[in-house]
Amino acid sequence: MNISRLQNILSAGQFAVTAEVGPPRGANSEVIKKKALLLQDCVDAINVTDNQTAIVRMSSISACTHLVNLGLEPVMQMVTRDRNRIALQSDIMGAYSLGIRNILCLSGDHQTFGSEPGAANVYDIDSVHLIRTLKVMRDEGMDMSGHDLDVAPKMFIGAAENPFADPFEYRVIRLAKKIQAGVDFIQTQCVFDMERFKKWMKMAYEKGLTEKVHILAGVTPLKSAKMARYMATRVSGITIPDAIIKRMESAHRETAAEEGIRICLEIIQELAGIKGLRGIHIMAIDWEEKVPEIVKAAGLFPRPVIA
Amino acid sequence: MIVGEQKPLGEIKTNVSPYHRLLILGCGTCVKTCFAGGEDEVATLASALRLAFKQEGRIMQITEQTIERQCEDEFIREAAPQVARCDAVLSLACGAGVQMVASRFPGVPVLPGVNTTFLGVLEKQGLFTEKCLGCGSCFVHQFAGVCPLSRCAKKLLNGPCGGSRNGKCEVDPETDCAWQLIIDRAKAAGSLDRLVDYIPPKDWRTSYAGGPRKVFREDYVI
Repeated sequence: MNISRLQNILSAGQFAVTAEVGPPRGANSEVIKKKALLLQDCVDAINVTDNQTAIVRMSSISACTHLVNLGLEPVMQMVTRDRNRIALQSDIMGAYSLGIRNILCLSGDHQTFGSEPGAANVYDIDSVHLIRTLKVMRDEGMDMSGHDLDVAPKMFIGAAENPFADPFEYRVIRLAKKIQAGVDFIQTQCVFDMERFKKWMKMAYEKGLTEKVHILAGVTPLKSAKMARYMATRVSGITIPDAIIKRMESAHRETAAEEGIRICLEIIQELAGIKGLRGIHIMAIDWEEKVPEIVKAAGLFPRPVIA
Repeated sequence: MIVGEQKPLGEIKTNVSPYHRLLILGCGTCVKTCFAGGEDEVATLASALRLAFKQEGRIMQITEQTIERQCEDEFIREAAPQVARCDAVLSLACGAGVQMVASRFPGVPVLPGVNTTFLGVLEKQGLFTEKCLGCGSCFVHQFAGVCPLSRCAKKLLNGPCGGSRNGKCEVDPETDCAWQLIIDRAKAAGSLDRLVDYIPPKDWRTSYAGGPRKVFREDYVI
């Protein structure tokens, strides 16, 4: 299988680095191009979010296409919130035809949190179904209905996991379920609670799951104490230990951002030592310009070139 | 049962204000049980409306009647004499009842006084909660007896999303996470390992996606 650069790097056993960019609230493609070009050369692939936090933005598929046209490698995020199985499959075929090779299957943030709280959601299928659909399309050359496809979209299939959500004991079972459905790589929710993350990774490792799937740990640099408090209390699925919030609070206002980067680097360093972990996924929220600095300071630059 | 909530008085008043002789028609089954449209609610609403119109110097003639069920023609016919004396009917039944009354009396405006909310249960005194989507193909046995279609905000069939926290749903911290309940019940029954099984996508044809549904019982046709 030779699908994408991200797949090649992970298959070669290299520690992968991915980062995330969010499309604009508007039709200006320059915004996404500019953000992505900042990340060029310092990451292996760039995630493009799909109407994240349920706020209407330029579509992931079109933003990914802009990246492909620049010679960059996107990971197209795809949520099951907004499209039924007809539209999802159709967009997968279209995305492949446009040169998109990595996909991240998500259920998506609930629409009541976003810019269209009165919208109907779809949830015809869930993220595990989407994984299975991609796997069958790629490996058996069929769509969900069993119809043969003339050209099968051969995507490198990703999904998310959140070790910080409850019920904790089911989180590894859910990971196993996604592996069974056909997932190739996992990007986790951002890690601040190292103890809990290590516990989850240990369970995954002991069950042999880290041999079956490439796990990339999510990291987010904190910009300020305010952001730390906001993420800890208002963003669902994220836990930030008090010690980290205190560090951000005790940093001087002008140097808080530096402290945030420092914490992020410490987290990356600790993650690199975890058995079975295969890479990191940097989610620098509206702070993409800091990604090269983080990758370089973490000793993860230059990125490997795999033939 | 079908759970409904009476519409706000202001909305009802606006909707009925073009008329002069109003019949408030209650329903004695589901909406009575959830205190939205039974005999007592008809009486209270009638008094409130009379008073509200009186304050504006208007007389609204209001008749009250409650029948057993507005979803069966046999009972609706009992209301015919009262309907004949009114120029509009305010039905306090569920959406099904409102339409059934409307179809019995062509030419009479029938207005809804209740918002039909969901299929649910009386969880505790004064609290009704949704438990069923009416999908037409029950599979709760695969989820330890808890329906993820009606009780998970994302209708997830293969496990909880990343927003389940301390047993509650991210969409409403007052609502239990359906998947936490499923997992707790499976654990108690010693069947947690069954929750590893892949549950395939739902066939929505038996649900609303297939268009208006019918149940035809040939054996009961007279």
